[in-house]
Amino acid sequence: MTSILKNIALAATVATTALLGTTAAQAEGEKYILVSHAPDSDSWWNTIKNGIALAGEQMDVEVEYRNPPTGDLADMARIIEQAAASQPDGIITTLADFDVLSGPIRAAVDQGINVIIMNSGTPEQVREVGALMFVGQPEYDAGYAAGLRAKGDGIGSFVCVNHVISNTVVAERCRGFADGLGVDLGSQMIDSGQDPAEIKNRVTAYLTANPETDAILTLGPTSADPTIAAVKEMGIAGDIYFGTFDLGTEIVNGIKDGTINWGIDQQPFLQAYLPVVVLTNYDRYGVLPGNNINSGPGFVTKDALGKVEEFAGQYR
Amino acid sequence: MSDATQTDERIKDISRLRKTLIRPELGGIVGTIAVFTFFLLFAFDSGMFNAQGVMNWTVVSAQFVIIAVGACLLMISGEFDLSVGSMIGFAGMMIAIFGVTLDWPMWSAILITFAICIAFGALNGYIVVRTGLPSFIVTLATLFILRGFTIFIPQTLERKTIIGGIREAAEGDWLAPVFGSKIFGGLFQWLGDMGVIGTFTRGNRTGEPVVDGIPMLIIWALLLVAFGHILLTRTRFGNWIFASGGDADAARNSGVPVNKVKILMFMFTAFCATVFATCQVMEFGSAGADRGLLKEFEAIIAVVIGGALLTGGYGSVIGAALGALIFGVVQQGLFFAGVESSLFRVFLGVILLFAVILNTYIRRIITGER
Repeated sequence: MTSILKNIALAATVATTALLGTTAAQAEGEKYILVSHAPDSDSWWNTIKNGIALAGEQMDVEVEYRNPPTGDLADMARIIEQAAASQPDGIITTLADFDVLSGPIRAAVDQGINVIIMNSGTPEQVREVGALMFVGQPEYDAGYAAGLRAKGDGIGSFVCVNHVISNTVVAERCRGFADGLGVDLGSQMIDSGQDPAEIKNRVTAYLTANPETDAILTLGPTSADPTIAAVKEMGIAGDIYFGTFDLGTEIVNGIKDGTINWGIDQQPFLQAYLPVVVLTNYDRYGVLPGNNINSGPGFVTKDALGKVEEFAGQYR
Repeated sequence: MSDATQTDERIKDISRLRKTLIRPELGGIVGTIAVFTFFLLFAFDSGMFNAQGVMNWTVVSAQFVIIAVGACLLMISGEFDLSVGSMIGFAGMMIAIFGVTLDWPMWSAILITFAICIAFGALNGYIVVRTGLPSFIVTLATLFILRGFTIFIPQTLERKTIIGGIREAAEGDWLAPVFGSKIFGGLFQWLGDMGVIGTFTRGNRTGEPVVDGIPMLIIWALLLVAFGHILLTRTRFGNWIFASGGDADAARNSGVPVNKVKILMFMFTAFCATVFATCQVMEFGSAGADRGLLKEFEAIIAVVIGGALLTGGYGSVIGAALGALIFGVVQQGLFFAGVESSLFRVFLGVILLFAVILNTYIRRIITGER
């Protein structure tokens, strides 16, 4: 009996040592931790992971990516506390819910850790938690710009496919879009859930029940990919006006074959890459840009697809 | 194996090794030692064992303990509750709706939330004992129903799925601090002044210790473990719980009110989930529709690591608490040790499997099956 236990324990130790060994190949110097709010299932954040890895390599600093596996923001608060306890030189994090995250972020700042907010948050909130700066896309403004563009194309009604209904910041995109169009958001935003089959079926159901809908707005690849499948299946691909936030392989293909009119790129690569560069230079030379950095919005249409297509899902 | 001393010939000779092994806590004790040894070796200087790091994994473990105690007693009585995670989200949202949207005094919002959630627990139990359906299915239904309400109600009332402002609404309330405050602040300030624990170096909290007290969450966890352990091992009701889960028919024939025991255990599980949720919303100040996702499985994992049998009739609250500690320490410790975060679930799976294998072995020793 004891020998079985010993063997298992030994095997476990060997296995874990091997795994630890692979991650222990770290650069000398500063250490930065990026904490995101995304669940494991959100593939969009892969670009962030690649971006921060590349920045770590180029700047010769140690970088880590952390996220709550289920996307539970209360768990994320614990991860920020944990990151602060491990005493890194800087923390890069999102501000998806101010109530939950402001406490842990403030505490990290007060311990002398430099914090940059990326992706989610408003300039006011960023100042309030004492972060150095914000790197991201102001969501309402991006939605508003998209709404104006759609209005110019003659759109009067739309459905917003929201796969992260609990993220208030992302919902701002829908609100901005509605305001840009000059219509009331009302019940035009649907909670699609995260599962591809469910998203597809809900979009199909909505468009069947509301055939007069002019346009579709999806909020990321998670909702866009199944929606592309839905409109193709319904035979209205290219017919219905289709705009989306963020890019991914499927979205790029959609733009190419005309299913999608435009994609808004918030350039997540920059949101991960720039904070590492900024923090490193701040720690090494004390230099710091004087304002927040807008990583987006940029409209991607059929005409400008070369580089985008090459790096979609990897760096774009 | 046997070291026979003076024994009564009617009692079967059991070696000391066996006697220690058949305790349900054994898996938990071995695991706790192993886990701490591992992290002391691999993550000692990572900040995991400074005041802040210790508080970090203690709080996470305490969260698991709170739901594990409920899940443990319920599992020993032979049933499951898969609605724990949804119940956490639902309870938090109810407190936010009553306390912020409807602007009731916070104590009444908390009490009515407890009443509603425990009623849902009772309903779970009632349906299970009345229909004889597996609790797995019944509570799976509750999982969806409660999660649905947690999204629908705030969407309808407030047009958003995160309701904030709970901290402000709870200011000056007499009941809220029982869940959300920190105690022994003075002691920690003194420790900070002595330089035992770190202090803030800038901002408006400069000079205050980075750990400024023991959260009530941890006190709740300790109280629930003490309550559960005494109930299970020192009272007649505890024997009824074992009997209901071991063999319900035999228990019924010897006069144990099995149905009552099971319904009460469902209500207790709901109570634990509500304690978890209340502590969480009081600490973070907002309730979100996605809170508590997958927490039901984390509760079950903690209980199983702690040595309880999925089939009921066997287990211990201390074991479940150790299981929760292991789970919490592993979860946070993997971050400290710098393990790639996408491998986190792999480790979790390996540990779970290891715990179950160990527990199966222990059960075989007890029942003598091969």
